[in-house]
Amino acid sequence: MNRPNALLSVDDLHAWYGESHALHGVSLDILPGETVTLVGRNGVGKTTTLRAIIGIIRKRTGAIQFDGKDLMRLPLHRTAHAGIGFVPEERGIFASLTVEENLMLPPVVAPGGMSLKEIFDLFPNLHERRNSQGTRLSGGEQQMLAMARMLRTGVKLLLLDEPTEGLAPVIVQRIGEVLAELKTRGMTILLVEQNFRFASRIADRFFLMEHGRVTAAFPAGELESRMDLLHQVLGV
Amino acid sequence: MTMIFGIPIQAFLGQLLVGLINGSFYAMLSLGLAIIFGLLRVINFAHGAQYMLGAFAGYLLLTWFGIGYWPSLILVPLIVGVIGLVIEKFALSRLYSVDPLYGLLFTFGLALVLEGVFRYYFGVSGNPYPTPSLLAGGTNLGFMFLPIYRGWVVVASLIVCIGVWIAIEKTKLGAYLRAATENPRLVQAFGVNVPLLLTLTYGIGSGLAGLAGILAAPVYQVSPLMGSDLIIVVFAVVVVGGMGSILGAIVTGYILGLAEGLTKVFYPEASSVVIFVIMAAVLLVRPAGLFGREGA
Amino acid sequence: MADTALERTNPQRARIEWLVIVIGILLLIAAPFAVYPIFLMRMLCFALFACAFNLLLGYTGLLSFGHAAFFGGAAYFCAYAVESWGFSPEAGILLGVAGAAVLGAVIGFFAIRRQGIYFAMITLALAQMFYFFCVQAPFTRGEDGIQGVPRGFLFGFIDLNKPLAMYFFVLAVFLIGVFIIWRIVNSPFGMILKSIRENETRAISLGYSVANYKLAAFVMSAALAGLAGALKAIVFQFATLTDVAWQMSGEVILMTLLGGIGTMVGPIVGAGFVVSLENRLATSGFPVQIVIGLIFMICVLLFRRGIVGEILAFFDRRKPRS
Repeated sequence: MNRPNALLSVDDLHAWYGESHALHGVSLDILPGETVTLVGRNGVGKTTTLRAIIGIIRKRTGAIQFDGKDLMRLPLHRTAHAGIGFVPEERGIFASLTVEENLMLPPVVAPGGMSLKEIFDLFPNLHERRNSQGTRLSGGEQQMLAMARMLRTGVKLLLLDEPTEGLAPVIVQRIGEVLAELKTRGMTILLVEQNFRFASRIADRFFLMEHGRVTAAFPAGELESRMDLLHQVLGV
Repeated sequence: MTMIFGIPIQAFLGQLLVGLINGSFYAMLSLGLAIIFGLLRVINFAHGAQYMLGAFAGYLLLTWFGIGYWPSLILVPLIVGVIGLVIEKFALSRLYSVDPLYGLLFTFGLALVLEGVFRYYFGVSGNPYPTPSLLAGGTNLGFMFLPIYRGWVVVASLIVCIGVWIAIEKTKLGAYLRAATENPRLVQAFGVNVPLLLTLTYGIGSGLAGLAGILAAPVYQVSPLMGSDLIIVVFAVVVVGGMGSILGAIVTGYILGLAEGLTKVFYPEASSVVIFVIMAAVLLVRPAGLFGREGA
Repeated sequence: MADTALERTNPQRARIEWLVIVIGILLLIAAPFAVYPIFLMRMLCFALFACAFNLLLGYTGLLSFGHAAFFGGAAYFCAYAVESWGFSPEAGILLGVAGAAVLGAVIGFFAIRRQGIYFAMITLALAQMFYFFCVQAPFTRGEDGIQGVPRGFLFGFIDLNKPLAMYFFVLAVFLIGVFIIWRIVNSPFGMILKSIRENETRAISLGYSVANYKLAAFVMSAALAGLAGALKAIVFQFATLTDVAWQMSGEVILMTLLGGIGTMVGPIVGAGFVVSLENRLATSGFPVQIVIGLIFMICVLLFRRGIVGEILAFFDRRKPRS
């Protein structure tokens, strides 16, 4: 069962893409300030879980409680205002906007977000390229931008979908540094990651997914003892 | 009398001016269509009827309430815009989840109703709308006689088109519009009220059509039929320009207006179809349109 | 347009369909003795027009906003040939069909270079171009249109001035036209058209030259619409600008939508409904255009499957899930 002081509590979440039943009762919870990771093979429903939480997928049943609010009852454009930020797998940088416009696009939903200056300090290359067209950035820079624009908004929970996918090790390291920095500032993070090593460096807790449901949950401390299970399921 | 291409220069420039004026309306209307289509993915067949509605709103404001041209320039787009907001909120928004052709069919029905209502009450003949006294008369520029109101139409349409372009490309609201055109779900997930944005966009597009209508009132007669003949030509303009870019829609409108004017000088019988001919030619050579990106 | 009523094979339904068809034909044969034949003939002409249109919309998935060009164009060609050149009615009709087919090939060629909404706009624009041509061309006689087209003698000996003879000729042509459409839809060619409607990219990846199929369907649809138009010119003995105007294109769309896109019978029902409605309204002085527009709007919002589509869906719901 989910912990009572959880910031996000997902209980028996089912979701459908049209007729296709993609999530078969996902349950997980995240404490404030925790970083948790969803791991699992391709296609088990990790991205679907994120999209169902943020509400992009509307055909869903179950319970999603965030910061005392029932997310199931919110229309899509109100979910961010509850305090959740979403960084999609495809990054979602807008080609018809400049870097700065991309950065400024998501509205501020709560106080406590980083100022533009702080963001540019953390991501100096974004400052340099701020007037370029958003999609002219490299993959790594776009990923930085996708994360950076969420930091301005004051969200408490960040949903990150495969942030390191397809990126060079140097960038991956940089992303890890940024996430670590966010952690120290108290951000709660739900991370979906295929790159197991990367995830294991920052995650406090792991949720293993198979066939549309969470089959195992354990803290980072138990990682070693669970390696056999993970080898078996993930083939890492 | 100076001649150009075998025609008196007065006549030549006169027709070119007519072409430029027609082009001004083509530009304003295809701008509105492109904005609505970009975000809503709906072809607003009722755009011509909303233009007609604007002209009639101006006419009725004058004849019923004595409200003149200058206040009408503000009131008319507001009136037509609000009507557009209502239409989107209660009807059009229900069609986003189905094939976009249904949006076309709905707005087609709407156009029939709007035109039908005004036809019923006003017949098919035109009603005159007086030129505002400030803009009456004309000046002799030496090489041609320029009616002042005609010049005003061209200037006003340029201001409107450029103003809208700036609003879209350079403002925050414009950024929301551009982003939502690309990926509406993600923009919504960020917390932007995209459904409201859609409603506003249709309202603004309708308002633009209405504005074109009041601008047109002193030039053309205010008639229930003024929209439907125009909208088909504007469709052709939009096919030629492609709807991928706002600037493209504007530029194409002016160019095709001028082409029409030029044709009137040299080959008058073809002037009503030259835009369609150009459309056919563009379809052969550059199907996506002059400024288009593949994305219907 | 993916939410149209798809045909599903189902023996019980096939039996009902056959029953409906037989009863329908019997009714149509008996009808002129009870109902004013001119009214019935008008319905049959427009029903054929709508069926021809539906071949393109319901089965190939292409919305043409310019079908009046084929309907009215054929009416003009036929009317002129019969009235000025002394063609027999069947020759005039054939000429009308041929003319509509050529027009269809030309317009279709340009229109299929774009998809979806652009396709619709192009057909509208090109049909409007044809309208302007008709306004100015001498042979159409402009605003007056071609009047006083003689009904003539069918095959040289059947006097079409007799109402019953004319009626049964129209009925025969209508049944032949609908039969042709039915055969097309249920042929391998028709299957490919349907697959293009469902998923064009898939059809392309399967190796079909989709553009050619679309153009073929377009020309067939145009020719059959022309058949309806030429027939109408003989029955009513005139052809006017109204027949080639964009409002006429809109009307046939409404008939198909109201009756049920993608069903064989739908357009017939829709045409019957709209023609009856216009007949009623014509005498009352109530503006037809407003009513048509309202029906359009309501149909699109609430009633997209159309009359026949809703009936079919109702029967499908009562069937136990297989």
